[in-house]
Amino acid sequence: MTMTIDMSQFIGVFFDEAAEHLANMESLLLQLDLASPDDESLNAIFRAAHSIKGGAATFGFSDLADVTHILENLLDRLRKHELPLQAVMVDVFLQAGDVLRSMLDAHRGFGVVDDTAIAGVTARLEQLAAVHDSAAPPVHEEPPKDRAGDGRLTGWLHIGADPQCDTRNFLDSLQAHGHVHEVDEAARSGSVRYRMTLRGPLEDLLSELEFALAPEAIRWEALPVGGMAVKDDGAQPVRLSPAQDDDPGYGFFEPLAQDSAEENAAYGFFEPLDKESDDTAAQGYGFFVPPESLPVVPDASSRPADEPVLASSSAPDREVAVSESSGGGTTRPAVPGKSVAVHETSIRVGVEKVDQLLNLVGELVITQSMLAQNVGVLDPALYGHLISGVQQLERNTRELQESVMSIRMMPISSVFNRFPRLVHDLAAKLDKKVELRMLGEQTELDKGFIEKLADPLTHLVRNSLDHGIEAPEVRLAAGKAETGTLTLKAFHRGGSIVIEVRDDGAGLHRERILAKARERGMPVSDAMTDGEVWQLIFEAGFSTAAEVTDVSGRGVGMDVVRRNIQAMGGRIEIESMQGVGSTISIRLPLTLAILDGMSIQVGSEIYIIPLSFIVESLQPVREMVKTVTGQGRVINVRGEYLPVVALHEVFHVEPRIAEFHQGLIIIVEADGQKIALFVDDLLGQHQVVVKNLETNYRRVAGVAGATIMGDGRVAFILDVSTLVRLAQSKPQQVQEREPA
Amino acid sequence: MEQMLNGANQELLVFTLGAEEYGIDILKVQEIRGYDAVTSIANAPAFIKGVINLRGHIVPIVDMRIKFNLGNVTYDQFTVVIILSLVGRTVGIVVDGVSDVVTLTQEQVRPAPEFGAALDTSFMRGLGSIEERMIILLDIEKLMTSEEMALVEEVAA
Repeated sequence: MTMTIDMSQFIGVFFDEAAEHLANMESLLLQLDLASPDDESLNAIFRAAHSIKGGAATFGFSDLADVTHILENLLDRLRKHELPLQAVMVDVFLQAGDVLRSMLDAHRGFGVVDDTAIAGVTARLEQLAAVHDSAAPPVHEEPPKDRAGDGRLTGWLHIGADPQCDTRNFLDSLQAHGHVHEVDEAARSGSVRYRMTLRGPLEDLLSELEFALAPEAIRWEALPVGGMAVKDDGAQPVRLSPAQDDDPGYGFFEPLAQDSAEENAAYGFFEPLDKESDDTAAQGYGFFVPPESLPVVPDASSRPADEPVLASSSAPDREVAVSESSGGGTTRPAVPGKSVAVHETSIRVGVEKVDQLLNLVGELVITQSMLAQNVGVLDPALYGHLISGVQQLERNTRELQESVMSIRMMPISSVFNRFPRLVHDLAAKLDKKVELRMLGEQTELDKGFIEKLADPLTHLVRNSLDHGIEAPEVRLAAGKAETGTLTLKAFHRGGSIVIEVRDDGAGLHRERILAKARERGMPVSDAMTDGEVWQLIFEAGFSTAAEVTDVSGRGVGMDVVRRNIQAMGGRIEIESMQGVGSTISIRLPLTLAILDGMSIQVGSEIYIIPLSFIVESLQPVREMVKTVTGQGRVINVRGEYLPVVALHEVFHVEPRIAEFHQGLIIIVEADGQKIALFVDDLLGQHQVVVKNLETNYRRVAGVAGATIMGDGRVAFILDVSTLVRLAQSKPQQVQEREPA
Repeated sequence: MEQMLNGANQELLVFTLGAEEYGIDILKVQEIRGYDAVTSIANAPAFIKGVINLRGHIVPIVDMRIKFNLGNVTYDQFTVVIILSLVGRTVGIVVDGVSDVVTLTQEQVRPAPEFGAALDTSFMRGLGSIEERMIILLDIEKLMTSEEMALVEEVAA
């Protein structure tokens, strides 16, 4: 492609978009109802494939374009109901999607393309198309000479003056798209118009131009072809004379292969003639039936005209009419072009920019609270204006903070979206019937979590499918529905986000887990609560699967899952009932960067306890605290004995208050265990900006991070999980440095 | 470091610990500030005083006087903290005082003897002499990232 514009900077955008289209295509494919596929979905799948093809051709990735082209052809026939949809097709389409993804990755520089996979998928796609070709109406015998030339569109391309870009340099790139007959430069305005005959569809040209130019600077004014006006009725132009007055013979010798790569089926007027013969059989269906039968074949006669309408109604945000089809008689339907609307409503920004913004806002919040604290001691009568100004600053800062935080928030659907495919494939592999339900896909959480959640969730889903949901015959025998249900659910609860993986399968087998634990020499007893037993499966190397499958059962995983979740500051909990199913819930804080915390005082130090861990706080009376064997202390909270951890002992701080009944007890819960923290005083609730201690220092046992308080001092955020764990095992260990 | 030793001149920030003078590569020094509002870290060695808020960054503070058992360990408005910028980390060190910035030529630098210092000689790049003064040249980066300082996570634990 001869281009004077540097295309390389747009390749990244193409890759991103292509990946999105592929993901979109995949999710649509998985949602398809095989018996009666929804036209809307078929169209959307087709459009996704088509967009990838267009982009690939533009950037010269002919291998991508070739595979997509074959895929697109089959999809096109499906959406026109020329072929019945079959389950095998969906599978092949999914495979094709995988192949395309690997090709994209290869072009990006990751991995290598498996040529045999490409050949395999291509062959299968062609085979599927061929099987049905025999049944297709015999319309192959279209005279080839009719195809030449008259499929081309002639018109004026107006390009407005653009200070960013020398429009005169476009001539080269325009010639890649068609023949330029005339260049008309308006000296005054700096705008240029080109009279040209397009080789490919208009859309390709426009989308390429839009990379460099503002969409409003480009206008296409169609001219009559072959001396006849282009009619509104889409079925008519086929009957036009093939003669090309202004450029006789042009296009006859154009390689058809190139056309096929650039043809654009969404552009409805002339395309059937531009296509390769098998393509024509599909796309041109109906064009050559006698004219009198046209009205009674609505599918054929109405298609070209209504297609853009269909497209724009189905995805209004993606489709925008680029050219106001120049009034008067020479009308044609608005071309669905590159989305102007999308460009106006969203921009792609690097995550590091957002993070920098977030950091700065964090600093601003700290500065603001410093100011507020200093202003608080001033006499309101004297400094009224200053005080109200600082209050206004506080409001604005909060709003700014929330807005910036929301930039990082993404719906969890971007993680969930991978599961329909995973479940589809796994269920087939395991010969199980599984229905996947996804709830709360729009729940938003920090982008940092989204990326880190994918692996643990995949693990949990695979586990549920492999170990949880039983084979159909087992389910029937147990009086359950043949099809198992796997539910992924995300929702907000308090200051956290909960993600549940629930199945209605066999549930965890308590006896088997205990037996396995004994086998491995773990200290277990029959008196353990279910919650404690379930926690055992998070131990490294623990698997109760009767046999190791290639899906799961090797015993690696659950410990990694738990570690990943904990690294995000989250918790993981299991509920399970034998024969009924199990639910694994992941609880994550809303964001990594800001945390709701309770500040507490111990001696001269201030610590922050993340609010999500706090169950309650209470002022103990002397009788509530008892010692066990003279060392350990427990507190009786409404009949429940909880171990007491005195924070001043953990952190070696001289407490102001030594007697339990004079201080406060804060009950915290982590990993399903509660402990009672003894502190001097509760100071208040804050939103704190989490700072990493490890940037310049090292990990400190019992400390999850640090934050900067209103007075500029550093306060540590307690790592409640570690405190709970250390309190449970050996209380003395807290005082030693935890090995890294 | 080799280049530093072989290079013609090196600029050093000289600080005092008790009666001894130490020199560190001035390019490693980010700023010098007073000692203020340190939040102590539980279970850390005594010479790690804690962390401070340095314009939004959490920076640990090491008291070299405690570490090398030199000088008077008091904290007042004259206590000086040198903020160092080392291999992507920021660390503050408390010293008795900062005396000056000197430029040493290669001839003024002698190899460090194998004895007598309060610290492992492997952290010394040599001894510099200016007239009657002797300046102990520290490889501050090596010292601060050493296991001995307990500032960084042990590599394989």
